[in-house]
Amino acid sequence: MNAAIASPTLAQVLDHPGIWRRSADRQPRVRALSTGWASLDGRLPGGGWPQGAVSEILFEHDGLGELDLVMPALAALTQEHRRVIFVAPPYQPYAPALAAAGVDLRFLHEIHAGTTEAAWSMEQCLRSGCCGAVVGWLPDIDYRSLRRLQLAAETGDACAMIFRSAEHAAQNSPAALRLKVSNSDEATYVDVLKSRGLLTTTAPLLRMRA
Amino acid sequence: MLWACLRFPGLAFSAAFAATPEAGPSALLDNHARQRLIASANDEARAQGIRRGQSVAAARALCPALEVRPRDRDAEKRLLAELAAWCYQFSGHVSLVPSNAILMEVGASLRLFDGWPVLAERVRAGLHEQGHPHTLAATPFASASWVFAATADGMVIPEREGVIRMLGALPLTQSGLPATAIVALHAMGFRRLDDIFRLPRPELTRRIGRAGVNWIDRIRGQAVDALPAWQPPASFLQKIEFDGELDGSQPLLFPLRRLTRALANLLAARDGGVQRFTLTLEHARGEATRIVVAMAAPQRDAERLFELARTRLERATLPAPARAIELHADELPVFRPPVRDLFEPVRGDGLDWPTLDERLRARLGDAALRQLMVVNDHRPERASRHGVPTATVSLPRGRRPLWLLPRPMPMRPDPVAVLAGPERIESGWWDGGDTRRDYYIVRTMHGQQAWAYLPPGMLDGWMLHGWFA
Repeated sequence: MNAAIASPTLAQVLDHPGIWRRSADRQPRVRALSTGWASLDGRLPGGGWPQGAVSEILFEHDGLGELDLVMPALAALTQEHRRVIFVAPPYQPYAPALAAAGVDLRFLHEIHAGTTEAAWSMEQCLRSGCCGAVVGWLPDIDYRSLRRLQLAAETGDACAMIFRSAEHAAQNSPAALRLKVSNSDEATYVDVLKSRGLLTTTAPLLRMRA
Repeated sequence: MLWACLRFPGLAFSAAFAATPEAGPSALLDNHARQRLIASANDEARAQGIRRGQSVAAARALCPALEVRPRDRDAEKRLLAELAAWCYQFSGHVSLVPSNAILMEVGASLRLFDGWPVLAERVRAGLHEQGHPHTLAATPFASASWVFAATADGMVIPEREGVIRMLGALPLTQSGLPATAIVALHAMGFRRLDDIFRLPRPELTRRIGRAGVNWIDRIRGQAVDALPAWQPPASFLQKIEFDGELDGSQPLLFPLRRLTRALANLLAARDGGVQRFTLTLEHARGEATRIVVAMAAPQRDAERLFELARTRLERATLPAPARAIELHADELPVFRPPVRDLFEPVRGDGLDWPTLDERLRARLGDAALRQLMVVNDHRPERASRHGVPTATVSLPRGRRPLWLLPRPMPMRPDPVAVLAGPERIESGWWDGGDTRRDYYIVRTMHGQQAWAYLPPGMLDGWMLHGWFA
């Protein structure tokens, strides 16, 4: 007999994948796309934007760094030559800033459309399977449409990101991840409102900007 | 050398009926004749007793529903050129020859197409799909192939001896000799080509002339055929005029299919694709309707081109019935078929980007889909433009906001703090777009970061130009 068959420790037994433990720190596997922000990745199941799901980013005002939050992930996708689609952006996305953030503009497309067409376009892009991420500004989207987008994102295994006003934070949402971007005098905070795969949603606030 | 000859007995019909499908008994008139005589009739008309050489009146008496049209020789020439374009994919040497036939040298392509049976099958299948009845024959001599294509469809003879033997068995009426020569030879008791092959050369020359002997030499391979090679044109322009006016998009689909098919044939010849073409619809009164069909990536598939054009046509509102339809494409870029990674899993609907792009454009219109490019201009509003982005860009040194306002607007209330700046932007004195501004990164009372500017040397009059979103 040699040491290899020494009796296992309790920890080793519990590590076995066949053994289920109810535990807050053992999260179900979520496939995710790194956000590029280490402190945010650390707070999200899977360590980033959930893939094949809708993430909602609720923000209080334009200009709080809400778009900065998604830029590293989008830049990484375009650098891998995967398509990123902006649907109905509220202002003109500014090419020099996007390029400076590392976005390969050849793989970024914009769709300008009215409310119903925007939701339709977003769904088409998500379902197609040829888009890495679809980012939509859909201020008035309802639960049913969100649900459709969630299903489309699952079908196409794409990352859906929806920007909406923080007013909608209280509403019910089928999104897998909901973040709220707010500010207090000096800094911008990111608050994880909901995260599928996290048993607790009382994650501490995340300070973004110096 | 192996020359394949294609003859198209139905070509005159297809050309004359390009605007509307021939439905029911139809016939063509030969306009050159002083009397209006039937030149050819389709199967349905022939079944009712319509024959070549009948007068229109006689034909109508037999078949009141007969649709009669004049032959359109220009349209026939165009259609033949279109077929030549399509044939160009099988051979680098394609020639148009009289009586609506095409010759192509396929000896050099046989290996590429795994031999004659496969090549012939592909040619036939393609023509069948396009709805062109045809006959096909191949021999080492172009003229002999031309003769056999008319009499012995499907014949392929690789050796000279076989060609001579088969030619010998042909009656003189099928030899391709001028009619006067045939009459003269018949009068002398000759019936088949064999009979005159045996005649001494001076004897033969005396009887059928130098031109006749020359023809005999060509079909026997003793004289070389000089065949000018057809070249694919650099652009595509084709127009179909209607007898009457067509109202609504539905009746336009038939001629549209003809046009997109012709375009696809040219693209096949050029080994190219098309990324953009224009449909022009002419009306009896008023301006023509122009419909631009643009694609995300070059296409060449006939069905795809038709579907794209059809979607655009159906979306367009025509001010009046159309009298003619024209398709014009002058940019025919090199086509690269989309390559999908063999091991890449297909997700979702499994669409490729061009297909998705087309679906979106079809519903939202071309203007709804855009891409962004960086322009090397100091003026912020000109540094970003819609267009086709390139791989390399040069960037301004200063920090730039992700959102730019469509135009700068007065900022109320004033910013609470200046975080960075000023960055002096001074440019455009040479083109009248003179700009002189001091840009700052500022914070608003809501904690937003904004990109705002002041006129140089001033302390108020803040203009908001972007958000660091």
